Amino acid sequence: MHKTADIIIQLTVNNHPGVMSQITGLFTRRAFNLEGILCGRLENAKVSRMYLLVKNDHRIDQITKQLEKLYDVLEVSLHENYDYTLFDNIHELIKDNREDLL
Amino acid sequence: MKYSGAEIIIKLLEEQGIDKIAGIPGGTNLPMYSALAKSKKIQHILARHEQGAGFIAQGISRTTGKAAVCFATSGPGVTNLLTAIADAKMDSVPIVAITGQVPTSMVGTDAFQEVDTCGLAIPITKHSFFVSSAKELFHIIPEAFRVAEKGRPGPVIIDIPKNVQLEEIEFENWPMDEDTNIETNIVINKDRVSLEDIKKIATMINESKKPLLYIGGGMAQSNSHELLYQLAKRNDIPAASTLMGIGSFPSDDSLYLGMLGMHGAPYTNLILNETDLLIAFGVRFDDRATGNIAKFCSEASIIHVDIDPAELDKNKRTNLSMAADINIVLRDLVPLINCHHRKQWILEIEKIKEANPSYMPRNNDLYHPLNLIRSIGSIVDEDTIITTDVGQHQMWAAQAYPFNRPRTLLTSGGLGTMGFGLPAAIGAALANPNKKIVCISGDGSFLMNIQELATLADLGLNISIIILNNGVLGMVRQQQELFFEGNYIASSFITNPDFASIAKCFGIRGYDLIDQEHPNEILEKILSTSGPCVINIPINFKENVMPTVPPGAANHEMMGVKNHA
Repeated sequence: MHKTADIIIQLTVNNHPGVMSQITGLFTRRAFNLEGILCGRLENAKVSRMYLLVKNDHRIDQITKQLEKLYDVLEVSLHENYDYTLFDNIHELIKDNREDLL
Repeated sequence: MKYSGAEIIIKLLEEQGIDKIAGIPGGTNLPMYSALAKSKKIQHILARHEQGAGFIAQGISRTTGKAAVCFATSGPGVTNLLTAIADAKMDSVPIVAITGQVPTSMVGTDAFQEVDTCGLAIPITKHSFFVSSAKELFHIIPEAFRVAEKGRPGPVIIDIPKNVQLEEIEFENWPMDEDTNIETNIVINKDRVSLEDIKKIATMINESKKPLLYIGGGMAQSNSHELLYQLAKRNDIPAASTLMGIGSFPSDDSLYLGMLGMHGAPYTNLILNETDLLIAFGVRFDDRATGNIAKFCSEASIIHVDIDPAELDKNKRTNLSMAADINIVLRDLVPLINCHHRKQWILEIEKIKEANPSYMPRNNDLYHPLNLIRSIGSIVDEDTIITTDVGQHQMWAAQAYPFNRPRTLLTSGGLGTMGFGLPAAIGAALANPNKKIVCISGDGSFLMNIQELATLADLGLNISIIILNNGVLGMVRQQQELFFEGNYIASSFITNPDFASIAKCFGIRGYDLIDQEHPNEILEKILSTSGPCVINIPINFKENVMPTVPPGAANHEMMGVKNHA
């Protein structure tokens, strides 16, 4: 099986203001690349689910460990074979917006 | 009963066993101060700058291992505090900073003295809490202490809007925090210690020919210095220390190799190059310690134990790593280690030591900084706590002072904050009223938090400040000399104040040791007295910290070894 270029990090996080900036802040500070983010509330509203699309390279272990250290991150898991259409749809959304602007 | 948020904060801090808080009041934390005024258990230390308050808290924390508290108001109070917070993050020092914030209704309006405290805190704290209602305090305050102290320690900020401090709530019984007895979200790794891995470590050590311990701040953090010593002695393993590890291995022991890295002893860096098994305990393979990381112990197998899993395999691939409290690991490991006298390895080390000794200035060069540091070491008691600022004097102190006990060297290692020494000394003195504190500083660093002399005068603590005065930013000047072809700019002071007189103006004894025939005798006389004083000692501005590993070079490629020999 060939290794895909991207990988998805699935996070369960506490749902309160500031979580998103903690996570994006980590990526900035540690100079990790972040290709896309999807985020939504889970049923009980206390926690959210986040999907981070990142390059699958040797830094992925370090990214995972750093994410696990964040107070509001409850769970981290990696998914190589994921439904990429999730993010593809976002790309379409972005494309659509661009067309709207034109 | 009825309590205001501010009263709840103070009561919860008392419950945490806090008896000293350093800080400065301002518009948005006045309710907390009002409640603090009624506390019989907590002494407030009024610093003269919030950074000073942060470092006072660090001085308490670095000597006790327990989280200490500082207060600041919103806006500039917070931004002034940030350097001390970032410093605590880099050196894993547990502090809880409680900051005032503009009332909730005004957050986000660019109100007077408003700043996004939690936003600023993200990269430099373990976590920060924003409190939206008084009842949350019952959970957040004890939780903040847990976060600060558990696992790898670090700073936590609690940002509390003024209206939350003023909010009054009624309840029948003082609420207990539900989480008191359950694990927090911060990973602690007790369950990750596998006996199998410990056995593997033991086998690797027992089978190695030239093992070497590389120890850091984690040794003191985990209170493991005695177990470490047993391990080293049992198997004849020499130990090299990082700046943060100094004091965790007795410096007068024959197995001690001193500090490694950029300004480590020449033989230390060369011996490191010979080892076949590097045993890295409580370290993070920092660039100042390892030099060019690819060339660091390139022939050796590496064992790495640290409480923070994110430090493992971060900078250097290891052969065996374990995220665990070193104390727990050592307790199981020591009995598995063979009692072994390593004749050949020790002989090889002695040879390298002999051929590449530390630079020793002539004994009669009394004003040489290394001689001055040695004199201080021979004058004061062994339990004296040394704080330093940052620069050449810091490295000279690390190289030459005889540290034999953990938590006796307080220094800004990771962030390298000039201005650390004096306020950290104040904190250390507050937490250790029976010990003498000596702050070794430089004329550049000392001016960066000189306002805390007023705090020191308030408290009359037993702190001697020794300024090694060369009239330059010595480490900068040194780098300009060595790496910028002597193109000196902005490293030499056009004027310098009279530090002895400045001390006197603050109400503190001040001394000048200019051109004395017997400076050591005077130094001894001054250091034998108690109470605060400032001692200015002029030194030659051309003295450099040697050896020096040039940027990008391997540790064994250090310069300045032959120049002085």
